[in-house]
Amino acid sequence: MAVTDVPSQQTHGKIHPEELEEIWADAPGTPGFFSTIDHKRIGMRYIYTAFFFFFTSGLLALVMRDQLASPNNHVVGPEVYNQLMTMHGTTMIFLFNTPVLAGFGNYILPLQLGTRDMAFPRLNAFSYWIFVLSGIFFYASFLTGKAPDGGWFGYTPLTDKAFSPGINLDFWGLAIVFVGISTTVGAVNFIVTAFKMRAPGMTINRMPIFVWAILSMAFMVLFAVPAVTLAAALLELDRLFGTAFFIPHLGGNVLLYQHLFWFWGHPEVYILFVPATGMVSMIIPVMSRRPLAGYLWVATALIAIAFISFGVWVHHMFATGMPVQAMSFFAAVSLIVVLPSGVQFFAWIGTMWQGRVRFTTPMLFAIGFLLIFLLGGITGATLATMPFDWQVTDSYYVVAHFHYVLNGAVVFPIFGAIYYWYPKMSGRKLSERWGHISFWTMFIGFNMAFFGMHLLGFLGMPRRISTYPSGLGWDGLNMISTIGSFVFAVGTGITLVNWFHARWWGKEAGPDPWEADSLEWATTSPPPEFNFASIPVVASRHPLWDQRPLPTANPNGDEATKSLGPEGAEHHQTPETTGLDARPTATLDLPHPTYLPFLVACGIAVFFVGLLIQAVLVGIIGVAAFVVALTWWAWRTEVDLA
Amino acid sequence: MRRRLWFGLVVVLLLALVACSTKQSPAITDPKSTEAHTISGTWWLMCGLASAVYLVVGGLIVVALFRGRRKGGPTPFRIRDNTFIVVGGLIIPAAILLVLGAQVVHASNNLRQPEKNPLHIEVVGKRWWWAVSYPDQGITTANEVHIPVGRPIEIGLDSDNVIHSFWVPQLGGKVDLIPGQHNIWRLKATKSGTFRGECAEFCGLQHARMNFLVVAQPAATFDQWLVRHQLPPSGPDNQLAATGQMIFMREPCSGCHTIRGTTADGTIGPDLTDVGSRLALGANTIPNTDGYLSGWIVDSQSIKPGNLMPPIPMSSSDLQAVVAYLRSLK
Amino acid sequence: MSTVAIPVPEATVPVKGEGRPTPWWGMVCLIMTEATLFAGLIGSYFFYRAASKQWPPPGIEEPKLTLSIIMSFVLWGSSIPMIFAERGIKRGNQARLRIGLIGAWIMGAAFLGYSMKDFSELHFRWGQNAYSSIYYTTVGLHTFHVFVGLVMSGVVQIKAWLGKFSEERHVTVQVYAMYWHFVDVVWLFVMPTFILSPHIK
Ligand code: HEA
Ligand code: HEA
Ligand code: HEC
Ligand code: CUA
Ligand SMILES: [Cu+2]
Repeated sequence: MAVTDVPSQQTHGKIHPEELEEIWADAPGTPGFFSTIDHKRIGMRYIYTAFFFFFTSGLLALVMRDQLASPNNHVVGPEVYNQLMTMHGTTMIFLFNTPVLAGFGNYILPLQLGTRDMAFPRLNAFSYWIFVLSGIFFYASFLTGKAPDGGWFGYTPLTDKAFSPGINLDFWGLAIVFVGISTTVGAVNFIVTAFKMRAPGMTINRMPIFVWAILSMAFMVLFAVPAVTLAAALLELDRLFGTAFFIPHLGGNVLLYQHLFWFWGHPEVYILFVPATGMVSMIIPVMSRRPLAGYLWVATALIAIAFISFGVWVHHMFATGMPVQAMSFFAAVSLIVVLPSGVQFFAWIGTMWQGRVRFTTPMLFAIGFLLIFLLGGITGATLATMPFDWQVTDSYYVVAHFHYVLNGAVVFPIFGAIYYWYPKMSGRKLSERWGHISFWTMFIGFNMAFFGMHLLGFLGMPRRISTYPSGLGWDGLNMISTIGSFVFAVGTGITLVNWFHARWWGKEAGPDPWEADSLEWATTSPPPEFNFASIPVVASRHPLWDQRPLPTANPNGDEATKSLGPEGAEHHQTPETTGLDARPTATLDLPHPTYLPFLVACGIAVFFVGLLIQAVLVGIIGVAAFVVALTWWAWRTEVDLA
Repeated sequence: MRRRLWFGLVVVLLLALVACSTKQSPAITDPKSTEAHTISGTWWLMCGLASAVYLVVGGLIVVALFRGRRKGGPTPFRIRDNTFIVVGGLIIPAAILLVLGAQVVHASNNLRQPEKNPLHIEVVGKRWWWAVSYPDQGITTANEVHIPVGRPIEIGLDSDNVIHSFWVPQLGGKVDLIPGQHNIWRLKATKSGTFRGECAEFCGLQHARMNFLVVAQPAATFDQWLVRHQLPPSGPDNQLAATGQMIFMREPCSGCHTIRGTTADGTIGPDLTDVGSRLALGANTIPNTDGYLSGWIVDSQSIKPGNLMPPIPMSSSDLQAVVAYLRSLK
Repeated sequence: MSTVAIPVPEATVPVKGEGRPTPWWGMVCLIMTEATLFAGLIGSYFFYRAASKQWPPPGIEEPKLTLSIIMSFVLWGSSIPMIFAERGIKRGNQARLRIGLIGAWIMGAAFLGYSMKDFSELHFRWGQNAYSSIYYTTVGLHTFHVFVGLVMSGVVQIKAWLGKFSEERHVTVQVYAMYWHFVDVVWLFVMPTFILSPHIK
């Protein structure tokens, strides 16, 4: 297998990695912590923070499961239950799933593209800070003793001031708007990076599938997130400033809220799902020792999903009594959206079919994903069948569906990705043995926890109920489900322990432990701050398999190419290439570490706090800080460019 | 193979559980109306297709995993990758989806269509109970919907507060009660029985205890029910109940509840004109017995925390009287 | 997994002048997502309208036309000096840059002034009904964009006067101009929806 990394690159360059490190290093300690704009550090932070939220909100779910374990239970009352349910759903979607994928994207994307950072490193830091601050903002609601309790989609009028007078729902509504900034900025960054920063020769049809997936996700974000921002913002205008958007007797319309929410809500589930499939499409070929079958089909499917996902949102509203003809259209489109997933599915099977599968932990998680997602996807197709949905919508059948897809088809690939990329991130391998144990515990626990929920739906159990009477045939299944969720939690805990154990005691991984094909494995593990001393030149979809040794650019002193070689690294630069065929056009000066992103994010946070507590002064201070920092930032841009 | 075994085991276990529990469950696979029948038919069709897809595709996965591990590596495969993907992932699924699509069209054309001479019922979702009325018959009740078997029913669904959803699993799908919008759910019951209904849209604190009962009766029995309920309740028939009525009118009760033929005309709480004959109290939270009823009156908050009826402290003799009165209202 | 030959040598041959700079791409993305936001508001407007019997609702008169149309043309017209400025700096002409920017700024400021006056003269409050809420929010959000554009213009103009831009380096101007044009284009949709369409019965 190809082993090309810094040592061999040095031969081209005149300088030593130590010197480069000095150029690229962050300030040590706390200043460096707040000023770093290195995509790898930011990516790791995203992952750590998101996992913190995963475990937090998982714990909330375990309390919920405790309450539901047996009929007429009294672990928590309805008031607390509704808060747990809302915080669990909202956290998982907004503060775990979306950001954790952004984290992997951040870490992996520039490496896979063979570049030295994201296109807008400062914006990257900014979007991370927004994410953390919005998370803190959201969780501060626990301090009021009453967390948001309107469900994760916060339907009006339940969430209007009239029926939820407390401040708790303002935490929710404002946090949604707040965290949306982070997601959007992140998406812009991914798009520009994927189009403009690819290593020379990595034409668009040589991009790794993971990059395609991130790209597809980012485009969905651009067109979907404004809708949820609008929904939450209009709700907050109603709540804080007395507008009448969703007040029925003033001509407001509560269904409009649902349309806006789900116009984002459906693409959102694919925003989560698509990068996860991208991870699977990286893992399966490597572990099957062959290229992905049907690369172009898979890339097309990813784009198709992004498009079609905008035409199905009404399938979340089949029970609202809209005209049946109108709804049938959305039912049909919802069925069509199955096809791109089918294509991906058979591409994965085809890959394994003609390969030699290695049962490593990442592969196990990928297989678990296949078996779980198959069921979750199929139940999705049944839900799209409108008359059937009338029966099972808002029942535990839907809860089962979306845990099979969210928890199964997204969390399993994420765990696979941890085992797959951890060696790159830390230089050490996670224990395979404990990985296997963790996988089996999670897989068994998962099915125990969520399979029965399908049946509960059939037996007429509605979702979001804090308790239920005995004698309806729901008791046994609920008990199994509770036990299963604890088993699942233990499984995730094993990986957590594995993670920290491996950080210090794990086996050295080397640059390419999996004998993989994409560029992130061409550099050392963990990669140096500058990723590549000189930029690799790509002539294949699988550079590390096909190009041995991996050639790196040898710049000829030209203005546009000088950043390709170590000279670029020396000058804190990275090359910019054309969108389709990745030929160098210019040199991009990468900005230096700065506090500005953090300051701007803080300004915005203060502004949101001002809105929350309705303190004009605080709001103004926030805006002022934000404007000053941003102006400064805009000013500095020119300095950096000049 | 261990995994398959485990999986199979779990499935069998769960199926066994279901088999012994469906009897008492408000299960959608136990249809008692035309709509529920059609939908459960749709389900069994899909269940067949889904199982087939799962088994075939799952089988392919398992074979694919182990094929290449045999000695000598994977045998070359005659079908090209792209053919495999297009046929397996596009053409065959499209064919299956066409069947589903046809079923959607077929079922939605047949379901919920207006029929001649329906019985009109109005249901208004409250927090957290259901106001039920028969506008043509002038009957008002709560948390209990009586319907005749075999006759088309049109239930008008409204809300003046938050969104609720009307769901009787054995009788058919959900329809939401949305403020500012009048929805209609049409059905025809095919069997008599008492079916559990539930609020299926999250509506706040007591969403879990916002249930109701649908009593489907043979036409004759239903007509008797109608006739009996059209008459105003005959006054209290014994001394205790008469005292109870007096206390009821004196206490805040009458400000929130209506009892036809009396001065009680509140609309915040359920109409109590026929409360004595109802099967359950508190939106199907507790059985309708003397004990539970007095418990409810004194402190409904401990039974259904957060519901909109305040605890009403009363001496035990007063309470006894009120209970006797309410129980006499049939 | 055969070893493919050494990469096509052209891969590293630069194609200068082709492709757009990264900030251009970033601005395009921002515009796409902002346009979606406005599309959502305009869609909501028609959603409300479709659901109500009378539009605007009883007690609210139709928006006044004359001044509004004139000022709209001022705003749309401000794209012309902006293009003038852009074209100027592309050729290294500092004077054209400064004149164009200030011209666009004045026209934008005139529009902003008109908007403020118009808001102050409205006879309805934003909380009165759904119509008034969506009116204030959408038109207000657009006005806010004009305001932000003017502030941004300030930064760009200072830089222009300090001579920070040149024939080669003027991405900031280019990107800022895109934003300004976008604000104009949005008005091309918002104004007919909110000002003109209520007159169509
Ligand atoms: C990662 C997230 C994710 C993913 C990938 C999906 C995938 C799908 N979902 Fe799901 N969905 C959610 C997350 C997701 N969903 C969530 C969170 C909710 C609930 C929100 C809430 O109410 O709280 C929801 C709810 C939801 C509903 C509304 C239910 C209701 O509230 O009443 C519907 C209805 O149509 C639906 C449909 C689908 C469909 C058709 C797919 C398809 O994309 C699935 C396609 C995949 C396959 C089918 C498997 C592979 C295909 C083959 C092997 C080919 C052969 C297959 C066939 C011929 C069937 N989903
Ligand atoms: C990515 C999304 C995601 C994920 C991963 C999960 C994970 C889980 N969910 Fe979640 N869920 C949602 C998204 C998700 N959920 C959404 C969107 C809703 C809808 C909310 C709404 O209706 O508004 C929902 C609703 C929902 C309900 C329905 C509530 C209701 O309708 O009343 C239930 C009930 O069982 C549930 C359970 C669980 C469980 C048991 C897990 C488990 O997987 C969690 C496992 C726990 C952990 C992983 C953390 C704890 C572990 C540790 C702390 C480690 C322990 C350490 C050692 C042992 C060493 N969820
Ligand atoms: C402030 C209003 C209010 C007052 C006063 C009040 N109630 Fe109620 N009552 C309600 C509401 C609201 C409900 C429905 C609660 C629920 O199920 O969520 C209810 C429910 C009931 C029920 C159960 C009805 C059913 O079919 O489920 C009974 C019986 C009842 N009240 C009796 C009384 C009596 C007796 C008094 C006086 C001693 C009284 N109520 C005073 C508001 C009130
Ligand atoms: Cu009413 Cu839930
Ligand atoms: Cu959906």
